[in-house]
Amino acid sequence: MAQMNMIQALNSAMDIKLGQDPSVVVLGEDVGYFGGVFRVTDGLQRKYGESRVMDTPIAEGGIIAAAIGMAVNGLRPVAEIQFADYIYPGFDQIVSELARIRYRSAGDFTAPVTVRTPCGGGIRGGQTHSQSPEALFAHVAGLKVVMPSNPYDAKGLLIAAIEDDDPVIYFEPKRIYNGPFDGNPHKPAVPWSTHPKGAVPDGHFTVPIGKAEITRAGSDLTVVTYGTMVHVADAAARNLGLDAEIVDVRTMVPLDTDTICNSVARTGRCVVVHEATRFAGLGAELSATIQENCFWNLKAPILRVAGWDTPYPHAFEWEYFPGEARVAKALKAVMEAS
Amino acid sequence: MVAKSRLHVPKTPARPGDAPDFSYLKLSPAGKVARPDVGSAATEIRYLSEELVRVLDEEHRAVGPWHPHLDASELQVALRHMLLTRVFDDRMQRIQRSGKISFYMRSLGEEAVSVATAMALKPSDMLFPGYRNQGIFVVRGRPILDLMCQLLSNTRDMCKGRQLPVMYHWRDGNIFSISGNLATQFPQAVGWAMAAAIKGQDDIAVSWIGEGSSAEADFHHALLFASVYKAPVILCVVNNQWAISTFQGHAGGERQTFAARGPGYGVAGIRVDGNDFLAVHAVTQWAAERARTGRGPTLIEHVTYRAAAHSTSDDPARYRPKDDYQGFPLGDPVERLKNHLIGLGEWSEERHKSLTAELEEHVVKSWKEAVSYGTLSEPPRLDPGLMFEDVFKETPPHLRRQAAEMRAEIEGK
Repeated sequence: MAQMNMIQALNSAMDIKLGQDPSVVVLGEDVGYFGGVFRVTDGLQRKYGESRVMDTPIAEGGIIAAAIGMAVNGLRPVAEIQFADYIYPGFDQIVSELARIRYRSAGDFTAPVTVRTPCGGGIRGGQTHSQSPEALFAHVAGLKVVMPSNPYDAKGLLIAAIEDDDPVIYFEPKRIYNGPFDGNPHKPAVPWSTHPKGAVPDGHFTVPIGKAEITRAGSDLTVVTYGTMVHVADAAARNLGLDAEIVDVRTMVPLDTDTICNSVARTGRCVVVHEATRFAGLGAELSATIQENCFWNLKAPILRVAGWDTPYPHAFEWEYFPGEARVAKALKAVMEAS
Repeated sequence: MVAKSRLHVPKTPARPGDAPDFSYLKLSPAGKVARPDVGSAATEIRYLSEELVRVLDEEHRAVGPWHPHLDASELQVALRHMLLTRVFDDRMQRIQRSGKISFYMRSLGEEAVSVATAMALKPSDMLFPGYRNQGIFVVRGRPILDLMCQLLSNTRDMCKGRQLPVMYHWRDGNIFSISGNLATQFPQAVGWAMAAAIKGQDDIAVSWIGEGSSAEADFHHALLFASVYKAPVILCVVNNQWAISTFQGHAGGERQTFAARGPGYGVAGIRVDGNDFLAVHAVTQWAAERARTGRGPTLIEHVTYRAAAHSTSDDPARYRPKDDYQGFPLGDPVERLKNHLIGLGEWSEERHKSLTAELEEHVVKSWKEAVSYGTLSEPPRLDPGLMFEDVFKETPPHLRRQAAEMRAEIEGK
């Protein structure tokens, strides 16, 4: 076991896979010599060479398309898109190609590509460095979509993603790269060494894709969430003195309906929390799935807490961010409903 | 021996610890590149995309067919614009370090690209800048106070708090909104120019991107649409050698010049010394006349150097020699124009010093006023309710509801 932040955990996952499997390659903007603008690929090019850890032109469409071609020829590319906000020039290649190659060729061609991309706000990034576009990808048939909330899961899920024979869109909530975040930007930053999930095995292990995790057991209500918001929701529930069960979705596609719905069936109350905009966000899918499965167990309507349906504004970051107050309001409302 | 394919990885000439190496840069002597008729076919003037148009020689004299013969008074204005851009950048960088603004991007070393281009155009020509073109706002007369208010996201911010620092716009000054996503403005400028042609306007469009961004598909879209419709547009690739940590070879610069992509599309391509105010002015004038007279688009590659970090989030000492800029063979644009004017007897070190002091004072005074309109952490503050406006022309019910929820949240209800 070692203490790692998310950056080190992700780096370790790629290091292990590059070392174990000669077909694994890493490509993206500034990922090679420099080690990535967030340092996630630091040292990998030095260790594995310029043909396996590649600096690419600034062309997200090209990065994804080249990764597909490499994968079709037997490699397992890990493509980094520097910010999720920059992924759209590659959207056509992801949606029309990557997601459907297996399907349209009846399994004769496949493209096991992992696309890593930092997402989310809370870093004063404005509208072009703060987006959480996971729902856009979760909506596309053929893509697996994951987002870890801690270093342990980050490493285990990334190794699982690289080993997966299907394409995985891997979102990294950059606000919690260096430490968990309870939603209060005025408090001093907390490192991952203070959190149990900052302890990460040095070697190979996986966190299975398709499995949610109950990060806190409770009986009052269930909070279904992922990424940064796992920590915000946890703090909000604790500060209200609620015995909340927190379910970290971890994998959005394929969704672990059993873990989520079993929890809600037990507690009878549910709040869904994410940072992304609310309208047609993943919360809509989660809420509908829970309602379909748990209707007769529900004691209150399922509520959603999310970012407002606007672009992420630079000056009003913390009024935009679904912080503790917004989460607490929903928790109370769900508890008070008879 | 049978040759085998091996993945080629472009070479980066110098990394930290190495001596600066610009031997890869192909330079032409000042005054040696012919100036063709503005109506020449793109394929007949390919040499312009291979050579390097330069006017200022090693002794800072203006020589050759591209000499624009500008009045000394105009050159003094140019120097002032470039120097103000630099002094402003310098102060904002230091202020970012103190935490008053969240982010900044300097244009150090690239001032001539924006200032000379903008000065060679008409005020009614439409500009589609990238994030390192602050000089065009200076040329067009936007007070730096207004730029500072944008950097602060304060109550006088033209973007109403919605954009990262430096992502300005100025409708009345004919400068389009800066995106933050790369290269998107390039084909948009072409569309604007197509509309000008459709409407029979006399105005042209001009856009800038970095050589790194020229890798995006939008570069191809811009060149193709410009060529197909012979759009009255000038497309500038600012080759400042570095895309964050990535050397220009990774954007295709190892194979051929960026300007040479123009003729491939049937678009005139010119490679110019981007640190030579007179040369940039001259090629812009040439391209503007070409566009305005219906002879079509021009792709201009400005060979320059990003002397500062990519942004305040970047540390170039991690990926290039610390003294790299000192070795750059095209020198510093401000120094070169200054020395040219001194050679003409139209400037002096003393005047330069006093102008610098005057501009510094202007910047300090503007900053004092700017912070009086609020900062990210000090009042007055913009109303957060503004975040819900301009998503649509009319705010729909669900956003009005969310705005009310947000107000209740802020008031602790």
